[in-house]
Amino acid sequence: MFSKILIANRGEIALRIVRALKELGIKSVAVYSEADTTSLHVRHADESVCIGPPMSAKSYLNVEAVIGAAKRTGAQAIHPGYGYLAENGDFARACKEAGLVFIGPTPENLYLAGDKIKAKAAVNKAGVPIVPSSPDGVRSIDDAVAFASKIQYPVMVKASAGGGGRGIRICPDEDTLREEFAVARAEVKAAFGDDSLYIEKCLVDPRHIEFQVLADESGNVIHLGERECSIQRRYQKLIEEAPSPVMTPQLRQAMGQAAITAAKALNYFNAGTVEFLLDRDDNFYFMEVNARIQVEHPVTEMVTGIDLVKEQIRLADGGRLAYSFDDIPLNGWAIECRINAENPDFNFAPSPGIIKEYRPPAGSGIRLDTHLYQGYELPIYYDSLVAKLIAHDHTRDGAIRILKKALQEFTIQPIKTTIPLYLEIVDDPDFQKGDIHTGYIRKFVTDDDDDDEE
Amino acid sequence: MNKKLEVRAPMSGVFYRKPSPEQPPYVEVGDAVKKKQILALLETMKVFQKIKSPAAGKILEIIAQNETPLADGDLMFILETE
Repeated sequence: MFSKILIANRGEIALRIVRALKELGIKSVAVYSEADTTSLHVRHADESVCIGPPMSAKSYLNVEAVIGAAKRTGAQAIHPGYGYLAENGDFARACKEAGLVFIGPTPENLYLAGDKIKAKAAVNKAGVPIVPSSPDGVRSIDDAVAFASKIQYPVMVKASAGGGGRGIRICPDEDTLREEFAVARAEVKAAFGDDSLYIEKCLVDPRHIEFQVLADESGNVIHLGERECSIQRRYQKLIEEAPSPVMTPQLRQAMGQAAITAAKALNYFNAGTVEFLLDRDDNFYFMEVNARIQVEHPVTEMVTGIDLVKEQIRLADGGRLAYSFDDIPLNGWAIECRINAENPDFNFAPSPGIIKEYRPPAGSGIRLDTHLYQGYELPIYYDSLVAKLIAHDHTRDGAIRILKKALQEFTIQPIKTTIPLYLEIVDDPDFQKGDIHTGYIRKFVTDDDDDDEE
Repeated sequence: MNKKLEVRAPMSGVFYRKPSPEQPPYVEVGDAVKKKQILALLETMKVFQKIKSPAAGKILEIIAQNETPLADGDLMFILETE
């Protein structure tokens, strides 16, 4: 087993990994930027190394600085968390070349999973259904219109590279497609340096359901059940739960097997997530593989009792998977709210600042993954996710009640957060019934477009 | 009668004069600008917001430095308007 691991991340996930390492008796090395000197992950790690100025490009995304810090401190492995370098094939390769173990998939996995068109083709070839989409991308607006006519509107324009909803345009008809195509191309070129687009059939209000998979070096792949992630705004998940309210044993068996088939088709290693869309007739379609630990991994941990970060480390160290989903008794229901420093009443504008009043919720069935503390100053440079509040109980109704109580108890002042929005959602009859889909959030928020240039 | 108009940061964030490092700045001193024309970007917690001209006029001064952090209310531009 490793004796020292460097964490190439910040915020709540870095702290989460530090804690896992402490429990495993492994020394931890935190890296931090000049804006993160007072962060908890730095305070709790055994060692810490400053890797540069506040801007991520010069610190947390600086491959040379991260690998240099690992070499200098004698770390044998790097855990990338999520975001930053987590799905960067070049970084995983650089780790290998530097004699360090990258705790995650292989560089080849990352290159393939990162190319959504290729990944879909590989998975589809193995027999997993995919949403009808242009197999080789589209090079021109005429190609796009021709393909859209073939699969019928509504369609989506999507970026071949990148993620986070960048470049995605929903087009109900040809006129909209013609209007949006060039804009989407410019947007993805600016975001990812790659302007390739593809066209995909747009399902009406599907559910987003994903399966957690684990794979060892010998090619054994298991799944750990599903997560329901349908409550999203602008393709960013807000609330996730495990299991899914819509799941039946038969559907779980079919989707779980498809997730394993998808992972095997990509020759996948370590932890990953296979994302599907599920329509109202229980047809499911593969979307993509997220080749990292996910933000929402705690809900799976709560219902399976398996620590996914520790499993990532064990698998990276050559550990075998000697169990399967059937060996795990699912324990109740877990729901997670991503609490962001954003103002839901002001088009989700970011809300940085000093936390002057901090009172976290407590009690049975509550898990809180956060790097906040009283007096902490939220930097302007990084993502707005400040806490993940997870409620767990025997039943979904029980978990909702615990979640509501915890949200009511949670004080983070004076910054604005998404807590008030979640308090509205937990009281919503559709949410309480589990009647949710990817368009559900429209009940609560409207997106203000900001394209009024003159 | 011309008057000076200050454009201040609506919140704290990193100030960018250009849409991307390899592109030219949105505006230079002396440029005539229209109302709602983009003057700069402000990045706060990974969210970019466009800083738009509050009125038609001319750029008199650019106070904020490219890629530097600004506090809420910091002065970014001084415009001359009619």
